[in-house]
Amino acid sequence: MALTYDLIRQRLTERFGDRLTNFEEPYGMLSFEAPKELNIEVMRFLYDELGFRFLTDLTAVHYPAYAGRELAVVYHLHNLVENVRLRFKVFTPVAQPDVNTATVLFESANWQEREAYDFFGVNFVGHPNLKRIMNVDEMDYFPMRKEYPLEDQTRIDKDDEMFGRGGSFDFGNRNEDGSPRTIPANEK
Amino acid sequence: MARPVSFNIKEKPLEKDISIASMPDGHQGEGFFATKLSDVVGLARRNSIWPLPFATSCCGIEFMATMASHYDLSRFGSERLGFSPRQCDLLMVMGTIAKKMAPVVKQVYLQMAEPRWVMAVGACACSGGIFDSYSVLQGIDQVVPVDVYVPGCPPRPEAIIDGIMRIQDLVGKESIRRRNSEHYKNLLNSYGIQ
Amino acid sequence: MSATEKHIHLPEGSIEKQTTKINLGPTHPATHGVFQNILELDGETIVSAEQTVGYIHRAFEKIAERRPLYQITPLTDRLNYCSAPINNMGWHMTCEKLLGIQTPKRVDYLRVIIMELARIADHLICNSVIGVDTGAFTGFLYVMQYRELIYEIWEEVCGSRLTTNIGRIGGFERDFNNIAFTKLERFLKEYPEVLKEFENLFVRNRIFMDRTIGTGPISAERALNYGFTGPNLRAAGVDYDVRVHTPYCSYQDFDFEIPVGKTGDTYDRFLVRNGEMWQSLRIIEQAYKKIQDMKGEEATVYHADVPEYYLPDKKDVYTKMEALIYHFKIVMGEIDIPPGEVYHCVEGGNGELGFYLISDGGRSPYRLHFRRPCFIYYQAYEEMIRGGMLSDAIIVMSSLNLIAGEMDA
Repeated sequence: MALTYDLIRQRLTERFGDRLTNFEEPYGMLSFEAPKELNIEVMRFLYDELGFRFLTDLTAVHYPAYAGRELAVVYHLHNLVENVRLRFKVFTPVAQPDVNTATVLFESANWQEREAYDFFGVNFVGHPNLKRIMNVDEMDYFPMRKEYPLEDQTRIDKDDEMFGRGGSFDFGNRNEDGSPRTIPANEK
Repeated sequence: MARPVSFNIKEKPLEKDISIASMPDGHQGEGFFATKLSDVVGLARRNSIWPLPFATSCCGIEFMATMASHYDLSRFGSERLGFSPRQCDLLMVMGTIAKKMAPVVKQVYLQMAEPRWVMAVGACACSGGIFDSYSVLQGIDQVVPVDVYVPGCPPRPEAIIDGIMRIQDLVGKESIRRRNSEHYKNLLNSYGIQ
Repeated sequence: MSATEKHIHLPEGSIEKQTTKINLGPTHPATHGVFQNILELDGETIVSAEQTVGYIHRAFEKIAERRPLYQITPLTDRLNYCSAPINNMGWHMTCEKLLGIQTPKRVDYLRVIIMELARIADHLICNSVIGVDTGAFTGFLYVMQYRELIYEIWEEVCGSRLTTNIGRIGGFERDFNNIAFTKLERFLKEYPEVLKEFENLFVRNRIFMDRTIGTGPISAERALNYGFTGPNLRAAGVDYDVRVHTPYCSYQDFDFEIPVGKTGDTYDRFLVRNGEMWQSLRIIEQAYKKIQDMKGEEATVYHADVPEYYLPDKKDVYTKMEALIYHFKIVMGEIDIPPGEVYHCVEGGNGELGFYLISDGGRSPYRLHFRRPCFIYYQAYEEMIRGGMLSDAIIVMSSLNLIAGEMDA
């Protein structure tokens, strides 16, 4: 039987019931959501029973607007034989961002999870070597989260006024210390 | 649609088969030639610069094109590219330097022997380029003193050659005592290099 | 930098020795790019390796959250900078998928020509650098001449050689002129002989074969587990090519083969890339012929009709009201992207280059993630060089075509 999205959805609901939610097909790719405790079970089921043996992509997204479900880990899987792709997400709160590691199934998840940890702070339980990969080891925050800015905050040489950030737009009406600048009478 | 302007459509004949570096100014007589030591040393140094290509990203590929036969860099004396800083004169930093890489640049600079020159090739090495982000060093002159900046993203090979020619000017006109002068020592101290 | 720290302890009266730890990188000869390997050697045999990346991390994904869609194209240039047009086209196709834009056939064929030229450029660098690392500098110099011709073709279309920013969402910024097609014809005429000569230098060369056969092998199962794609996976024996599996940009209209290797060692990777260059030439010839055979209206179109994302013609901006408004909105970045999530992948020089774009209806993406093939398959490097010698490690590194810009993004 050809592997269609309806068949996959049917097999998944047979196996996991209604714990898998939000089945959608945006732009031609099946996408669903799983609770974070089940992520390895779902992947293992897809690996063994349905032939999704290739982990295309593993990444994380930060949704500060969803309370209790701020960090999402998104897996893209690919069945090379039948040429079918799907995506599933697990959500985890930012206070306790523990997600089971996918390295038990796929070796390619190793560095991708380190990258998700480095950028978002998702703690992958059972990962062999969870440390920062892209940024310097001494960095103490997770830069891709929405609350942190893009630019380096320790720069002093950039003229913020020209970039519309900080500074003052008074165009010469103020001195360096903020006091209003007056023109001496003889220069008027 | 035909192009309105065409450049270089007439082939220019070669003036001479071989071009030789010109003689420095000096006093000549029967069997002797007197000139300044700095001129002679400068002449020798400027036509045999050994660069260290510290190529990190896209500018490195333009450098590979500069080294290739179309825009040959070895015409300027840089036939031998060294990858060991102990043996090179010119540190060409080509490409973005991230904050993780900055200590490596500094270490390579420290391992070079005097006289040494630094060329920042590309917008990222000059000033951080288009990457104004938390992880990119905004210009390598935050960690090492730079002699020539070549802007561009990436600079055309002609621009890199122009940078090399300016380095050649600097090398040719450098005074003998520059590396021991107060000014130079203060410059290095401002970078924390003794 | 080779800062060697010897860990050989020779206690009194014993002949025990320990392994040497040496540091390979982050600056390499032959300008490979910045990544570091800490190797443990027993004599000259490699016992284990540890890779560190991130020396050129430029935070593309964070920068992309700040920019409207067309301003992200220069960022994608700098991912795999040896074949920048493929990244650009991939990004434009992702945007078109999100926005529901269908490009006309001529645009597709022109895109295919540019992308296959980029693939040839990328494989030329990789193969000639394998040659340089085994000591054969001639191939590199000879072949860079034709890479310059490819650069001239791109320059004619978009103005830039390396970081091309070629094309726009919906098509190209200007039609290809006669000079570009003349240069393309010259390329198609002269390049096959050059490739034949380059092949002859290496493929049956005793020294090259001895150095590359058997170095850095990887089996197909391990390669799939490590997430390999592209020429490295095809050298291991799996015929997965995104152009054939999920055709994009009218690749289904072309007739080409996928070279596949057997053992996944360096020699196979070299041959697979070589074969792909021949196939790319075939594709370019077919695409050029198809463009020349087009007649009438469809032979002059070079962009889709999507006024919200493609800048209108200047003469319309000066005379018509809607064009003026669209021009203003596009340039000032006031176009709202429809919300949605899309994943689109293209066959880059190194494999499946994927773009995962999440939009929340604002003016810039909410989250953009690049699925970068180099980053994913560099993890397997340790497994490939374990048991080999130090000089083999260098050749394996250059044959994997590791581009630092793509690895770190």
